[in-house]
Amino acid sequence: MALSSKELAVGAERDAVVVDDLTRTQLVMYAGASGDYNPLHTDEVFATQVAGFPGVFAHGMLTMALTGKALTDWVGDGRLRTFGVQFRGQVWPGDTLTTTMTVRALADVDGEPVAELDVVTRNLQGDVVLTGTASAVLDP
Amino acid sequence: MAATRFPVEAGHIMMFARAVGDPNPVYDAGRTDPGEVIAPPTFVMASAQYDPDHPLRPRPGEPWLGSGRTPSGVPRDDGDGGTGLHAEQHFTYHRPLRPGDVLTVESREGERWEKQGRRGGVLRFSETIVEYRDQDGRLVVTSRMVGVRTERAPGEAG
Repeated sequence: MALSSKELAVGAERDAVVVDDLTRTQLVMYAGASGDYNPLHTDEVFATQVAGFPGVFAHGMLTMALTGKALTDWVGDGRLRTFGVQFRGQVWPGDTLTTTMTVRALADVDGEPVAELDVVTRNLQGDVVLTGTASAVLDP
Repeated sequence: MAATRFPVEAGHIMMFARAVGDPNPVYDAGRTDPGEVIAPPTFVMASAQYDPDHPLRPRPGEPWLGSGRTPSGVPRDDGDGGTGLHAEQHFTYHRPLRPGDVLTVESREGERWEKQGRRGGVLRFSETIVEYRDQDGRLVVTSRMVGVRTERAPGEAG
């Protein structure tokens, strides 16, 4: 189901928990599906002893994909026209992430209603791990 | 370093959505008419599967960065203790990807710049633009990736 422009106003906001208690196994699943087997994300020995991190951490692209799930759950399937993010902090096993989406503007693009959204994803400590923007075509 | 041809497959879409923890049936040809299945927004990253030389996948007969008998199978490549991380990712979508699409992937280098890091050391940013075109030659997704390489001890990206 896609959103109708009548249901939305500038400033409208929605929160979604996009992962609860992130597991190391989910990092392995993401590596297998995406093809990014970087040992920083899949190999605790490498991540700690060679790279000097406290442990493995999530692919930035997994955090983006989780944020994308919040967006498509709200705006509907196949509605995104742009989606861009900055990775602001690392995501660790055990993290629970919440994405907040805010309507920054509503526009008419080539006769179609489009929502411009700001997105921010935070962990339970409130640290921002990702910020970004998206635009989505709405139903009239 | 990117694949040149990326066939979009229903099973791959299902596994990718499952890895993201997204139960939306539109990604699962077992629950949705296969003609209605689309790919999730970040799915083009999985084109790495079709790059025969993808550096972030162990390849038979070649040393692998990760641990085996030793914590890493290869010496650090730069000796500065730096780490490469993904700083930004931007997509522009022209239409959703569907199983059966066969995408042609063209990658080019974009801008490069440097910034002083918060914890000291220089951060080196580099941009890669990737265009995904369908079997009819139409642009379906454009990706702009920004990578950052830290000069010393690992810290946060950006």
